[in-house]
Amino acid sequence: MDLFTEGDPIADTKAPDGPIETRWERHRFESKLVNPANRRKMTVIVVGTGLAGGSAAATLAEQGYRVKSYCYQDSPRRAHSIAAQGGINAAKNYRNDGDSVYRLFYDTVKGGDFRSRESNVHRLAEVSVNIIDQCVAQGVPFAREYGGLLDTRSFGGAQVQRTFYARGQTGQQLLLGAYQALERQIGLGNVEMNARHEMLELIVVDGKARGIVVRDLVTGEITTEFADAVVLASGGYGNVFYLSTNAKGCNVTATWRAHRKGAYFANPCYTQIHPTCIPVSGDHQSKLTLMSESLRNDGRVWVPKAKGDDRNPKDIPEDERDYYLERIYPSFGNLVPRDIASRAAKAVCDQGRGVGPGGLGVYLDFADAIGRLGRKAVEAKYGNLFEMYERITGEDPYEVPMRIYPAVHYTMGGLWVDYDLQSTIPGLFVIGEANFSDHGANRLGASALMQGLADGYFVLPNTIANYLAAGPFEKVDESHPAAAEARRDVEDRLQRLLAVNGDRTVDSFHRELGQIMWDHCGMERTEAGLRKAIDEIRALRDQFWQRVRVLGDGEGLNQSLEKAGRVADFFELAELMCIDALHREESCGGHFRAEHQTEDGEAQRDDEHFSYVAAWEFTATGQPSVLHKEDLQFEYVHPTQRSYK
Amino acid sequence: MNLTLRIWRQTGPEDKGRMVTYQVDDVSPDMSFLEMLDVLNERLILAGEDPVAFDHDCREGICGMCGMMINGMAHGPQRGTTACQLHMRQFKDGDTIDIEPWRAQAFPVVKDLVVNRSAFDKIIAAGGYITAPTGSAPEAHSMPVPKSDADAAFEAAACIGCGACVAACPNGSGMLFTAAKITQLSLMPQGQPERYTRVIGMVDAHDEAGFGGCTNTGECTVACPKGIPLNTIGRLNRDFLMATKKAAGKPGS
Amino acid sequence: MAVSGIFFVLYLVAHMIGNLKAFAGQPAFDHYAHWLRDIGKPLLPGVWFLWILRGALTVSVVAHIWSASVLALRARAARPVRYAHRPKVQGSYAARTMRWGGVIILLFVIYHLLDLSAGTLNPVGSSSKPYSNVVADFAPERWYVTLFYTLAIVTLGFHLRHGVFSALRSLGQQTPKGERWARLSALAVAVVICGGFLVIPFAVLTGLVS
Repeated sequence: MDLFTEGDPIADTKAPDGPIETRWERHRFESKLVNPANRRKMTVIVVGTGLAGGSAAATLAEQGYRVKSYCYQDSPRRAHSIAAQGGINAAKNYRNDGDSVYRLFYDTVKGGDFRSRESNVHRLAEVSVNIIDQCVAQGVPFAREYGGLLDTRSFGGAQVQRTFYARGQTGQQLLLGAYQALERQIGLGNVEMNARHEMLELIVVDGKARGIVVRDLVTGEITTEFADAVVLASGGYGNVFYLSTNAKGCNVTATWRAHRKGAYFANPCYTQIHPTCIPVSGDHQSKLTLMSESLRNDGRVWVPKAKGDDRNPKDIPEDERDYYLERIYPSFGNLVPRDIASRAAKAVCDQGRGVGPGGLGVYLDFADAIGRLGRKAVEAKYGNLFEMYERITGEDPYEVPMRIYPAVHYTMGGLWVDYDLQSTIPGLFVIGEANFSDHGANRLGASALMQGLADGYFVLPNTIANYLAAGPFEKVDESHPAAAEARRDVEDRLQRLLAVNGDRTVDSFHRELGQIMWDHCGMERTEAGLRKAIDEIRALRDQFWQRVRVLGDGEGLNQSLEKAGRVADFFELAELMCIDALHREESCGGHFRAEHQTEDGEAQRDDEHFSYVAAWEFTATGQPSVLHKEDLQFEYVHPTQRSYK
Repeated sequence: MNLTLRIWRQTGPEDKGRMVTYQVDDVSPDMSFLEMLDVLNERLILAGEDPVAFDHDCREGICGMCGMMINGMAHGPQRGTTACQLHMRQFKDGDTIDIEPWRAQAFPVVKDLVVNRSAFDKIIAAGGYITAPTGSAPEAHSMPVPKSDADAAFEAAACIGCGACVAACPNGSGMLFTAAKITQLSLMPQGQPERYTRVIGMVDAHDEAGFGGCTNTGECTVACPKGIPLNTIGRLNRDFLMATKKAAGKPGS
Repeated sequence: MAVSGIFFVLYLVAHMIGNLKAFAGQPAFDHYAHWLRDIGKPLLPGVWFLWILRGALTVSVVAHIWSASVLALRARAARPVRYAHRPKVQGSYAARTMRWGGVIILLFVIYHLLDLSAGTLNPVGSSSKPYSNVVADFAPERWYVTLFYTLAIVTLGFHLRHGVFSALRSLGQQTPKGERWARLSALAVAVVICGGFLVIPFAVLTGLVS
């Protein structure tokens, strides 16, 4: 059986044309509006309360819509956007260093390895400046200069200082800003907040997204919720790898359920692997912790020259060390982009030169920086990171070099959306990491926060009106056959999971799935590996449904049952990721196919054959998906080979 | 290392609950505290026993979801550390560890170690924001903020809303949480227009939720994984006193 | 709590300064005690000032105890289920002992009033001879009285140390520098008042005042 079939090409019919800098403005003018009196008659469901979902729910409520918001955490303030450390990009050009909307647009398209849409990225760059204004007005405590103005710093992939930050907790502060705006609307009665609720199914009525099925995680009660439009802001799916920098609860269920109901899933194989994470310390490992990329500004990355050299790093003399990034990439050195640094680390570890438990780690050494700048200066710059490292590993990085290893961090793929952020199901909008649109095959640092807030504060609240202008739609309730069926499906599935009562825990399956994905669909992919992975995933999925053990019942808090449902969806997604990776016979951004590399081991894009978005249509469980290609046009930024030598 | 755990088990809000003893062997010192509980739960599931419910999410000390009393200390013995970042090397082989949920009227137990902290959200909804509807913001640089104020505001804004302050407070007070947000917003020029209505609204919501009163014992700041300083409460008090003066909020005051 | 507390502190300072008159000898001390009764004369009838002061103190005591009880009851209500394992104090010892310390101080004040104001528990017990009352009170053979006074005053010291700091905090002290200052002054007030009150009984005990 073929792994997939190819269907008709897909096009973004909402995409505006004309000069790129006028497209968003013109599109907004041409879009239909909803008058304020009618907004009160319409309800919008928003799933997820991260930067995208939180800001969208607050903004829609401010505009006068009735909003129902859902999150699986106990409070909307805890969504995983909160863990973003570095900062948020904006083309403010406060530094007078040549930045502009156009340059941010250019850098983002190039950073995405020419696999994103120019129109979307330009819009992102345009609204980036409004985001900073908005967040400052909300009281977000950005870092400031002595004059009281905002400070900025530089970040990977850019030559200008356009990254705004709040120490190492930018995501937290931005999220709390959005959360507070949301809480204000909750207090005013404009938003109905449902924390500890998980969306388990999408309700599609007459081809339109009209509601969701949710489970109250505390009481176990399953309800159907209806609205005139549904917005998914449920984040990325990096947890398919089990070990990632994502929160434990991050999952693909909301978007995957929508995919099964007809929303196309785009570019699932684009995964960002972050080079500076704390390595795995044992089998018990439950998640990986990111160490800010900024450490590479002063730390030097090395491994021993000899294989299996397990001497104390201090005893390894200078000439027996291999500072491989400085050796291979003399001009960028330790500051090469994330994908390149990650792959290089994997390469040296594959050669048997890795350090630490299992040989999966490389040194990030600050001895030179401490010698040059003094311990005090290093402490001032990185003190909190060093502390965090010591807390986790028990090693003092002032004395012993840090050990780092790459880890899954972000997923560029997601549900396919048009310029209005609407999926292939009318009335279903997808924002933030959950969609695919702006980062192409690789996301630049400090761009995730920008995209989440751009979508939530400024893009969706404008574009959703174009759809809702045709509303309010005919009322639907739980008696509608589509709703009843969706609800029954959810109940059946939960019952099935509870009924297996096998001999393995959910986590054991998740760990095994993650290992398959990491080995074959991780930093480096090969045809043979991917084919093997697909077979293994299918076999493991079958095992899962026969051997998983979920105790208790569906009535009340049952964390194993929650996990089981999420892992079941990860199995299906994992297969699609491998198929997508297998079909994309090129290397680009976060997708590296070993067969497609230059002579010196760099990613080799194939613009002639693969300059498209791969949008996958679900057919039936176990049946091949249908590939729809959306051709990518580059009118402004012309594809070139990235080089960091 | 081998440990004895005594964990609070409670099947639901109606259940009375009790401490139950478990033995966990082969614990690696490199495990985080929550990973040690994961190991216990895996074993319980295989043995057909209900696993211990506990809240957790990011496991990197920022989301504020995890939280439990470990030997009577909120988030355990290591200062400035959430339970997820606490590692087993802080304990010794053969230790007995008592694990209990946060105890507060305002944080009712949902199950085992899971509590309902929505009272915190209500406090924020009662004024913990700056009214700035999307799109209405002036240019960011039109409002300079002295660096020292911005830094102090950040220090207070670092609160993760985990509830350790309430759990540790002998009075069961949520004043440090409330004060942290008030301090952040009242230090910024943007926060001035709502300064006095905010403090009244938030303190009222705090009291209504059933938290105790503050007697400045300082236990909260010791337990706080983010080290929110106690003087934020002084700022809250000052704002509150100002707000209760008749003139506050009147034109020209 | 803070307002009545600060009134107590002011009263204690005045009371302590008055007590220290004991070192000036019997006539001075007795004169001071009598003068207290005559303040305000001839505008007010005799002892009226004292009664006003006593009235104000009573109001403060009631307010102080009432607020403390409200806080204690709220604290109980805020934590209906206790911790099974709750170790030693993490914050400050003084802060943790406010409530029981307060009760001890109250009991002491009652004793103290019966002893040196009403005179019922005093071996001399003559309101016209305060100096003799004091000297008799702390005579070496009545060491247990001295011990009780000492314990109570030390408790008072702890109570003041947290109380003064807390009062300043409640009235809006808010900067880190201010916090150091507040802690220091609370400690200073506690030590000075503690010391000021303790020198008398020990002076009597050692015969320095007789």
